[in-house]
Order: sequence, then structure tokens, then C-alpha cells
Amino acid sequence: MTAGRGFVLLLIVLLVLVLAGIIALVTPDKARLADLAIANVPQSGVLNPVTAVLLNFRGYDTLLEVAVLFLAIVGIWSMARHARVWIKIPDTPVLVVFVRLLLPLMVIAAGYLFWLGADFPGGAFQGGAVLGGMGVLWVAAALWQPPASFRRLLRPLLSLGILAFTTVALLTLFMGYNLLQYPPAQAKTLIIIIEGAAVLSIGATLTLLFIGGFPKKRED
Amino acid sequence: MVADIAFWLPLIILVPLLAAIGAFLFPRHSFRFAFIGTLVTAAVVFGSTGLLWQDKEVARHAVGGWGAPLGIDMVLDGLSMLMLLLTAVIGLAITSYARGYFLPKNNSSESWHQYNYFWPLWLFLWAALNALFLSGDLFNLYVTLELLGFSAVALTALVRKPAVLKAAMRYLLVSLSGSLMYLLGVVFLYAGYGTLDIALLGAVATNTPELVAAAALITVGLVMKTALFPFHFWLPPAHANAAAPVSALLSALVVKGSFYILLRVWLVALHPLADTFIPQLLSGLGMAAIIWGSLQAMRQTQLKMLVAYSTVAQLGYLFLLIPLLLRGRGDDIAPLAGIVIFLSAHALAKAAAFLSAGNLLYAVGEDRLSSLDGLTRKMPLTLAAFGVAGVSLIALPPSGGFIAKWLMLNVALEHGYWWLMIVVIGGGLMAAVYIMRVMSHLFLEARGHKSDVKPLPLCMSWPPFGLAVLAILLVFTGVLVTDMLVIGAPWLLEVAP
Amino acid sequence: MLESTQLYAIAGIVLFGMGLYALIVFPHLLRKILGMNIMGTGVFMVFVAIGYRGLDELPDPVPHALVITGIVVAVCATGLALALATQIGIKTGTARLTPDVEEDDGS
Repeated sequence: MTAGRGFVLLLIVLLVLVLAGIIALVTPDKARLADLAIANVPQSGVLNPVTAVLLNFRGYDTLLEVAVLFLAIVGIWSMARHARVWIKIPDTPVLVVFVRLLLPLMVIAAGYLFWLGADFPGGAFQGGAVLGGMGVLWVAAALWQPPASFRRLLRPLLSLGILAFTTVALLTLFMGYNLLQYPPAQAKTLIIIIEGAAVLSIGATLTLLFIGGFPKKRED
Repeated sequence: MVADIAFWLPLIILVPLLAAIGAFLFPRHSFRFAFIGTLVTAAVVFGSTGLLWQDKEVARHAVGGWGAPLGIDMVLDGLSMLMLLLTAVIGLAITSYARGYFLPKNNSSESWHQYNYFWPLWLFLWAALNALFLSGDLFNLYVTLELLGFSAVALTALVRKPAVLKAAMRYLLVSLSGSLMYLLGVVFLYAGYGTLDIALLGAVATNTPELVAAAALITVGLVMKTALFPFHFWLPPAHANAAAPVSALLSALVVKGSFYILLRVWLVALHPLADTFIPQLLSGLGMAAIIWGSLQAMRQTQLKMLVAYSTVAQLGYLFLLIPLLLRGRGDDIAPLAGIVIFLSAHALAKAAAFLSAGNLLYAVGEDRLSSLDGLTRKMPLTLAAFGVAGVSLIALPPSGGFIAKWLMLNVALEHGYWWLMIVVIGGGLMAAVYIMRVMSHLFLEARGHKSDVKPLPLCMSWPPFGLAVLAILLVFTGVLVTDMLVIGAPWLLEVAP
Repeated sequence: MLESTQLYAIAGIVLFGMGLYALIVFPHLLRKILGMNIMGTGVFMVFVAIGYRGLDELPDPVPHALVITGIVVAVCATGLALALATQIGIKTGTARLTPDVEEDDGS
């Protein structure tokens, strides 16, 4: 342990002790937003409080977050023109067969998670994460062989989520409401539209984050 | 609806965002999207400035219709309007300049790649800045900070040389750790006070350990992103090695974003801590930044590195008056006016300086100071731009830099802060040294000079000159800026029900 | 005796510290990125911990939603950092920013 590292370690240990002490002593029953949020859930169009916060009360955060997802892909593609996907074709057939079995199940699971999110734990991000995991397995099992036409669809697929979100946002704005203020009767529909588009985009984005660039045809 | 300024606030963010998406979806038309996006965004910002000037009161847009604390509020007051305006003006210059800078001359796919990706990344950066300046919610600010950081890093990494990529990586790591520290601070604030809205926090904040911990975390996080000494190490390599329009954006606007959040949070939410040691520490570090940055700038042999270290020094000035600003807090607008005018003058002058340096690089092929001799006759507009920008950076009258320093010195004098005056004047002298060094090379008549100086397209020669002239014109805006800043000060002690 | 929520909050702070240490001290880029990830996880853990309101109450949904957002942002950050690190590895042959020098905490 050199002097530099020791110094850093000391500083960080002190920081951790102080912060841990302070956070442990924070009185837990200070009024937080919980009551306010849960009380407003019936007006939000969904039953799951987390989804209500994510897609309705603080939908603006989610819009920016979907923008961050999109930006990450733009950024990565700008840096890495062509993906270097060091995928070795698996030696044994076990992975390939297992993944082939798993993929349709994962699609169903993703769809179910997304659909469930309105009333129970779940939602667009959870479903999208499962889709992303599916994509990663698909690539890892070297089953990823996109034809050129599919690669042309990638950009629209990636922008589906952010476009749906901004379209709904502009719609609410131009209809005279505040930004992202859903008319109570249509709230659930709008949320489902946004989430549905987002699931596909999130899954595609996560898979492409794993690939780390614009996918090119796998050479042999 | 059209005359209601609250209607336009979301569009300030959504227009560049949609333009960015369009530029990515249709790479062949990326510049068209950028061009229209730039003009429309600038128009909306200018229009909003007019509306705000007319209404003279803070505009709030409760996104989602819920309003704080449950929802997120967009807030437009004098300070945020000035920042948005500054961004729009520089944005116009950058779009024009980048068109000429990145447009491929040979048909290499690498150049087209850079050109096609610059536009969406730049528009994302603009959208992020606008969202940042309009946000009234602490967590929302975190997301905008990340949006800003990612686009800035990706723009830096557009140049694919190893040194630049390493600088971009350092920048990314510092940026991310800064954001995470900021976020932990926000967590402490939520734990202690149960709200994420800055204005509401201002109403309920008291001097508790949670507030102090949050203040320390947020301040360190944001200070890392603003490259205040001693967290400045990442800035010179990143700003110097990036492409010229990117360097201009980074120095002029991106570092000011985190500084703006720092101002906002301290002015409103952390005001119980105004008399503690933290503001004094920031002021002290600002002084160190001025001295260290200026000394390093004087030692540089490459133009862009010199300008980058000058940014390190000039950022120090922004922090000098923070203790005075916090104590005055709404009674005395002069410290804030000084800081804001300095910030704007620096942004305009530094952008002009980097764009001129880009022109010089474009024309001559390298930016070693010794190779810049004798370019006066070939590129008069660029040299004039750098010269005029230099006047503002040294703070010679008449210039925005001069009026800003004048305001700062006045405030320091009023409160008897002699050491501040010495540092401000000393910093100005050191700036004069390194700026004059550059000028001496530029205006020197060289014997036997190279004749192969590439001609500049118009879209690259007017932006730096225009920006530099604006930096000078700021000298007339003291009263205007002060009147604008009054909108929203004293900061938000009455809250929306 | 600490309540479980305090324990989780403290653990989050400890993770934050560990991640920060790794980010600052280790020269290898992958370790720095992992450190950054752990820092983020620590912050999210503290956030969720303070949302606990007891066995009979629904937890505070706001921290949960914000942490979902935070996780997504952290994933994007990691993806971006890894892509950049890969490019550095390709262009310079090494995954360290300064091969022989450790960086200290800031100057």
C-alpha cells in the first residue's frame, strides 16, 4: 500500500464513517412524498404506485431517461463504428439449444412483465430488461445473424420509445394541458402506449449496448 | 396560449431533442435537422426572453399537471433566462462553424462519420443544457447532468486520436463520479426533508447534519464537474484536444452548467449554511485556480492548451464572490450580476478564442505558437476575433470582462475584501501576459512565410468574430442584466401551494 | 441495535466508499468502471433504504421510481465507458490511462 493509496483510503474511510453516522441518525418518520404519492394513485390511471410515479407524476424524468438511453447508443455508435463482437461459436450445442428454447419464453415473460406493470410490480423497464437479456443471450450463443434489411430497421426501432414519449408529450401540450398531463380518462391508454414503445426500444438498446457498436455481419 | 410563456418552456427542450432524434434517424439529412432545429430553438428562446421581460415574473410549468412536490416543475427566472439566451447565441455560432469545420473535403467515410454524428450529439447537448437551466427539481437535474456529460464526452471522443480518447475517458470518469456524489447528496436531502423540489427545500431547510452532508457531497460533485482547482486536471487535455467547435462548447457552456446548479442549490436550498466555511473554501479554491491556471497558461507552447488553461483560471473568478453572494442573497444583486456577466463574457470570449484557434489550425495545420507567425494578412477576421476576445479575457475596457471585473471589485471593496481585489487584478495581469504572447506571434511579420494557407469558408470566419464582438458589447448590458436577474430574486421564499 | 433499514443505508454508504476507492486508485480502466458501478449501486441502496416505512405500510414509491431511472442511467454510463475503454484498448494496446502512474485524488 503506497502512501498515495493510504491517504485516499484514509479520506474515504473518514467520509464513509461520517456519512454512515448521519444517515443512520436521520429520523425515519420525517414526512416524505409517500403519502402524497399513494393518495394520488387513483387519479394516475394505474394501480401500481411506482408506475404511477414513473410514468405520470414524474414522467418528465422518465422522458429524459429514455433520451439518455437513446443518447448512449448514439454516443457508442459515434465512437465504435463497427462492433467488435468477440463471439466465439460455442463448442457444445448445449448453449445454443438452451437459448433457442429460452428465447420465446423470454419474449413472453417480457411482454407479461410489461403488461403487468400497470397494476403490479413490473413495467416497461423491467420488460425491456428481460428483452435485453434475451438479446444478450442471442448474441452470446452466436445466433445473431441479422440480414442487412434488419440492420436498416435498427435506427427506427431504437427511436420508437423516445419518439412515442415526445409525441404524447407534445400532444398533451398542444391540446392545452401542461406537458405530460394526461387527461384522466385516457391516462392508462397513454401510459400503455408509451410503455409499449419503450419496451421494444429498451430491449434493443440494451442488446446494442452489449454489442458495443453498430453490428456488422459476422465474419467466419 | 401563444402569449403564455409557460407554454413555450417545454418546447425549449423538446425542439433540439426532436432535431437530434431526426438527425440520427436520417443521417443523410442530419445537417438539415440541425439547421432548422438551431433556428427554431433560438427563436423560441429569444421569444421567451421577450415574454419574460414583459411579464417580469417567474414562470413555472408544472410538468404532468401535478406541481411540486409530487411532480416536477420547470422554472424560468431571470438567471435561467440569461443562461438559456447565452446558450442560444453560442449555439447559432456553433452550428454555422461546425458546418464548415466538419464538412468532409475528401470523401473519406471517416470524415462523413464525424460529420453525421456531430449534429445529433450537439443537439442533444443543447437539449440537455436547456433542460438543466429550466429544471426546478434536484433529481431531474441529475438526469440532465448525465445527459449533458454523455453528449460532451461523445463529442470529445469524435476525434479518434489516442490522446483525445484518453482525455475523454478521464472526463467521463470524473463526470460520472461527480454526478454520483451529487446524487448521494440529493439522497441525504430527501432523507432529511422529504422533497426534491429546490424551492420547497429552500422553505424548510435548517442547519442539520443531513443538510451539511448533502451540501458537502453536492458541492464536491459539482465542483469536480466544473473543474475547480484541485479537480481541474481533466479539463486541459479534454478541451485542448477536442475538435474546435467542441472545445468551444465545453469551455463556454458545459462547465457553466454544473456551476449554474451549484449557484441555484446554494442560493435557494442551502442558504442556512451561507456563513459556514464551505463558501469561504470555494472562494479560496477559486483564488488558487486563478493563480495556478494563469501560471500554467503562461508556460504553454500550443495555442489550444493555452486557451484551455485560461479556462481553468477564469473559472476561478466565478467562485471568488460566492461568500458575498450568499450573504447578500436577494438584498444585493451586484455579486450575482458580476458573476453572471463574467460567466457570459467568458463564454462568448472563450468560444471565440477556441473557434479562432480552430480556424488557425484549419489554415496552417498545427497550433504551435511559433508556427502562427505572420498570418495577419491572410486571415484578418480570425485574428481580429482572437484579438477582440483577448481584450475581454484580459478585461480591458470596454469589454464584458472589464465590466464584470469592475462589478466584482466594487463588491469586494464594499465589504473590505482586499485580498480578492489583489487576486482579481493579479489574475488580469497574468492573463495579459499569456494573451499578449499569442498576439505577438499572430501579428508578427515573419520573413519567408509559408504560402499554403487554406482559405476559410464564410460560415467559419464570422462566428468567432461575432461572438467576440458580443463579448465586448456586454459592457453596455450591466443595467439590463441586473434588471433581468431581479426577476426571481430574493430567491423563492414563497412557494406554489 | 440497528434497524434493518439503517443497516442497509450504512451498507450503501460503504459500497459508495469502496467504489470511490476503486475508481480513484486502480489504474486499469475496467476496474475503474466497475468501481463507478459499485458507487452507483451504493447510492441506489441508500435511496431505497430510506423509503422503508415499516412492515405494515407500503414503501415510499418515489425512491423506487428514481432508483429505476438511476439504474438505467448507470447502465448507459457503463456502456458508454466500456465502448470508450475498448477504443482506447484498440488504439493504444493497453487498458490503462497512465500505465505506470497511479492517480491520487485530484491534483
